[in-house]
Amino acid sequence: MNSFALADCSTVEAALSQLKDGAVVKAGGVDLLDRMKNGTDTPRRLVNIRNIRELRGIHATPDGLTIGPLTTLAEIAEDRGVRADYTVLADACGAAATPHIRNMATIGGNLLQELQCWYFRSADFECIRKGKEVCFAFSGLNQYHAIMDYGTCPSVAPSSSAVAVLALGGSVELTSAAKGKRTVAIQDFYVKPDANPHRFHVMADDELLTAIHIPKPAAGTRSAYQKYGEKESHDWAIADAGIVLEMDGNTCRRAVVAMGAASPVVRRSKEAEEALAGKPITQDTARAAGKASMTGAMPLSMNAYKVQLFPVAIYRTILLAAGQMERDPSATAVAS
Amino acid sequence: MPGHEPPNKDNKELTDRPRDAATPGGITRRGFLKGAGVTAAGTALLEGVQVFSREAAAATPENVKEYGPEPVTIALLVNGKEHPIEVEPRTTLAEALRIQLNMTGTKISCDRGSCSSCTVLLDKTPVNSCTMLAIDAIGHHVTTIEGVTEDEKMHPLQAAFVRHDAMQCGFCTPGMVMSCAALLERNPNPTEDDVRQAVSGNLCRCGTYPKVFAATLDAAGQMASKA
Repeated sequence: MNSFALADCSTVEAALSQLKDGAVVKAGGVDLLDRMKNGTDTPRRLVNIRNIRELRGIHATPDGLTIGPLTTLAEIAEDRGVRADYTVLADACGAAATPHIRNMATIGGNLLQELQCWYFRSADFECIRKGKEVCFAFSGLNQYHAIMDYGTCPSVAPSSSAVAVLALGGSVELTSAAKGKRTVAIQDFYVKPDANPHRFHVMADDELLTAIHIPKPAAGTRSAYQKYGEKESHDWAIADAGIVLEMDGNTCRRAVVAMGAASPVVRRSKEAEEALAGKPITQDTARAAGKASMTGAMPLSMNAYKVQLFPVAIYRTILLAAGQMERDPSATAVAS
Repeated sequence: MPGHEPPNKDNKELTDRPRDAATPGGITRRGFLKGAGVTAAGTALLEGVQVFSREAAAATPENVKEYGPEPVTIALLVNGKEHPIEVEPRTTLAEALRIQLNMTGTKISCDRGSCSSCTVLLDKTPVNSCTMLAIDAIGHHVTTIEGVTEDEKMHPLQAAFVRHDAMQCGFCTPGMVMSCAALLERNPNPTEDDVRQAVSGNLCRCGTYPKVFAATLDAAGQMASKA
């Protein structure tokens, strides 16, 4: 790791005043320290926001939830209110990484975690994400890469919690000293490689992620998230599904089907949602939704297996959300 | 013990810096900077860091505390005792424990939070000490494997690990014990699933998991019968 100075801030205002001259924000530090040890990130100055109390905690509001970005994944996974009414989010936070990492890692840091691609995360490869011309994954080792919507860079969205926040229609609050606060819906927060392969999100260098807002689910909403990795624990998803079902009895009024490890930006499958809307949730409709989710899939040389795996993940997670199937023992166990 | 060095050989400044107060020549980098009354040009040679830090410190508003990049003295509360140590901002808690405090019970294997062999308790929460800065442990109670014994007596969990032969090479063992100790503190009567979940981030290449589960459940029983 390179040498750096650290500005330890105790208020949001203090932290905002430090966001200049290439200073980089550190919260839990899990992903940032990893990238610094890899040598891909070499900031000369870190702004430590870990001790800003006002950015921590889960607050119920009349409209839903406001989550401080420094709330740890473990705190969200264990929260009774989140487990009961925002199950997809508790599941996603509880399935991420390992127990010890969930104790350190914050939801803000999880949403801002850099893309997963072993070329991008190696200091030895100067790729399109780093402002160069080449992508090494298209012709190289790509078994964990994207199968949809990848344009010029098939890295995958790394954040489990982003899948859940997308499924619940959440947004993030960004604050800067110069421009004050703005709220960005999570589907507009990440930048697709086609639009700009050099940017991962729309947050400016002088902005801080200061809150995550989740709207209150409609009456009769059921939700779930499941993640499939190569290992039982501590693995990024090779396929995952965040499902929200708004039910009238057994009829699904509205469905949200969100996916992470299929594309560089978390995405909703319009085709899968249409396969469920207005219909009862049964094995058949769930299977049809899973199949529809792969519309437009263009797997790379080594990841066609994902086109088989995603429909199964989505089918089983729809039935889990609907209460018609147990949690899949072959998916990552969820801490509670 | 050279074989137990943390894998930070590229970490030039850290390994180059003398571990004791002075080099054989009697000059430390810090002492040199202080004593030489350094000019701006002189510090510019040292990556320009000293100048940058002084300027930043001068402009520091309230509610911002500046550290480094040169080594700073901090106090860490480890196993109930306060230790003043000198660290760079980039020093991880695991490096501070092993190098500065010579508490080599905490192991560094992957140095990426992937294996949890560096597990310590921050207050009562198990964390990976390789993936946090030593500076972030200021103001918290750190408990290492050296701190779980009482009056030189093994913790019931350590005794159970011995009884059940729950280790082979032993490199993951301190981390396993810390993860399981944190579990028993939170949940004195765990199921095997609870133990599995608690060590789901602890990697053991020898494959001792079944004995770790058995030892932890046994220790829970022993501790309950004594309570």
